[in-house]
Amino acid sequence: MKEAVLTILENLPIAPRTYRMKLSGDTSEIRCSGEFVQFAIDGKFLRRPISVHDVDWETLTVIYKVVGEGTAAMAAMLPGDKLKALTGLGNSFDIDACRSKALLLGGGVGAAPLYQLAKELCSQNKAVTVVLGFNNASEIMLVDEFEGLGATVYVATMDGSAGTKGFVTDVLRLKNIPYDYFYACGPMPMLKAVCAAVHCPGEVSLEERMGCGAGFCYCCSIQTVNGPRRVCKDGPVFKKEDLIW
Amino acid sequence: MVRDLSVSLCGISLQNPVIPASGTFGFGLELADSFDLNVLGAISLKGTTLEARYGNPTPRVAECTEGMINSVGLQNPGIDVLVGEKVPALRKVYSQPVIANISGFSLDEYRTCCMRADACEGIDIIEVNISCPNVHNGGMAFGTSCESASEVTRTVKAVCRKPVFIKLSPNVTDIAAIARACEDAGADGLTLVNTFLGMRIDIARRRPVIANKMGGFSGKAIFPIALRMVYQVAHACSIPVMGCGGVASARDVIEMMMAGATAVQVGAENIRNPFACPQIISELPGVMKELNIDKLTDIIGIA
Repeated sequence: MKEAVLTILENLPIAPRTYRMKLSGDTSEIRCSGEFVQFAIDGKFLRRPISVHDVDWETLTVIYKVVGEGTAAMAAMLPGDKLKALTGLGNSFDIDACRSKALLLGGGVGAAPLYQLAKELCSQNKAVTVVLGFNNASEIMLVDEFEGLGATVYVATMDGSAGTKGFVTDVLRLKNIPYDYFYACGPMPMLKAVCAAVHCPGEVSLEERMGCGAGFCYCCSIQTVNGPRRVCKDGPVFKKEDLIW
Repeated sequence: MVRDLSVSLCGISLQNPVIPASGTFGFGLELADSFDLNVLGAISLKGTTLEARYGNPTPRVAECTEGMINSVGLQNPGIDVLVGEKVPALRKVYSQPVIANISGFSLDEYRTCCMRADACEGIDIIEVNISCPNVHNGGMAFGTSCESASEVTRTVKAVCRKPVFIKLSPNVTDIAAIARACEDAGADGLTLVNTFLGMRIDIARRRPVIANKMGGFSGKAIFPIALRMVYQVAHACSIPVMGCGGVASARDVIEMMMAGATAVQVGAENIRNPFACPQIISELPGVMKELNIDKLTDIIGIA
């Protein structure tokens, strides 16, 4: 864990109430996909945990949805503004757990952390299929980015305005997608449905209201088959078989 | 000149008065990779009960203006794991005083836990939480009457050789009266205050933010109330006080000490800034210089 002062390079809407923020600064503590950072927002007591979407030596990109006052304040920030961030938080996706064919499932803004994961999997020459679920066509994002990495992308929308009508699990039912391991991030009902529908091992990235973000306040604990675990420190990525639904 | 930051709690020397408060610093080891824990005055470990507890359902945290509400519900691995694993592991990297924080739902539980903490070599001070507002069954009651507060104090003092600090709840009508009851029952010191019972409602969902509905409010917003209570208790009692509540800067530490605190605990500020304690400690000499303070012990209760 490291505190860094990052400078906003870009902060643009990419879907309704959803923004992509690119920042420059010390990203050395961010090691792999699945991690998150916590931004300190002026006037807000607690930091905002946001997943890492893309990272290299000099820049960090996050995708966030405006869900409250903190994220609304982020959306109003401009290039050149500074954001203090705790970096290097959380565990990571286990890219070695996938033998050769990875299935990535993202719900809404939950697609964001799967991008860095897809990059890492593609660099290992693993076949990556991405299934993204949204409420409607206007919310669709990141399809070109995933395809640019060489991934096969399917989209599902709840209202049928694009792709398969229904949930990401409907795509799995209708398309014959090859995979030996899955990775999922999105709302809890989606993760629950995915874990029930997919008959192979895999892992999911969870969200919980957090305090410290670094494992010492125990505000974000969940029960697992191995006992209580902190989403911020033992997670956010958990193996499917460890979760209690 | 070298400024003297050291203080003494019942014969235990602290190199400085800054202590992360129980529940805001885990069992210490969680932060050992982030900074050198040995800069701290002491560490108050996460509240521990006889048996392991998972605590309350999530959400356990709600944001407030200049503060937060938590309702963790005393998640902890139990006293045996504390003394058998957590403290020995912390002791491998940390050599300053350790404060064990003990909670209980019955006098028997307090007695057994304190006895085991007292027997643990790595623990220097025992802090008894009679004030946690999160747990439905019992915890609150001990801290809210002079009789039960003094009963807990007598019970644990009977089995402890190490200094016992009773941690007081602010959710009472007369905190000085409860403090005096603890002193009369043999307490070696007092820690105050614990969190204030609070609540937030998610107005879009029309439901409490916290799963357990209410929780303990802490953070900068409570500082003036905590300071007032420390001042009242320090005047009512002659045993040392650890001041706690909304402390977020070196100036706050000085102010708490001027109100009568011998040492100062930093709580919610750790949660928004894990480096709060080392930053405050490094700022203290500069603030002392500015205020012409040579020795911190000179200002205890000076206001």
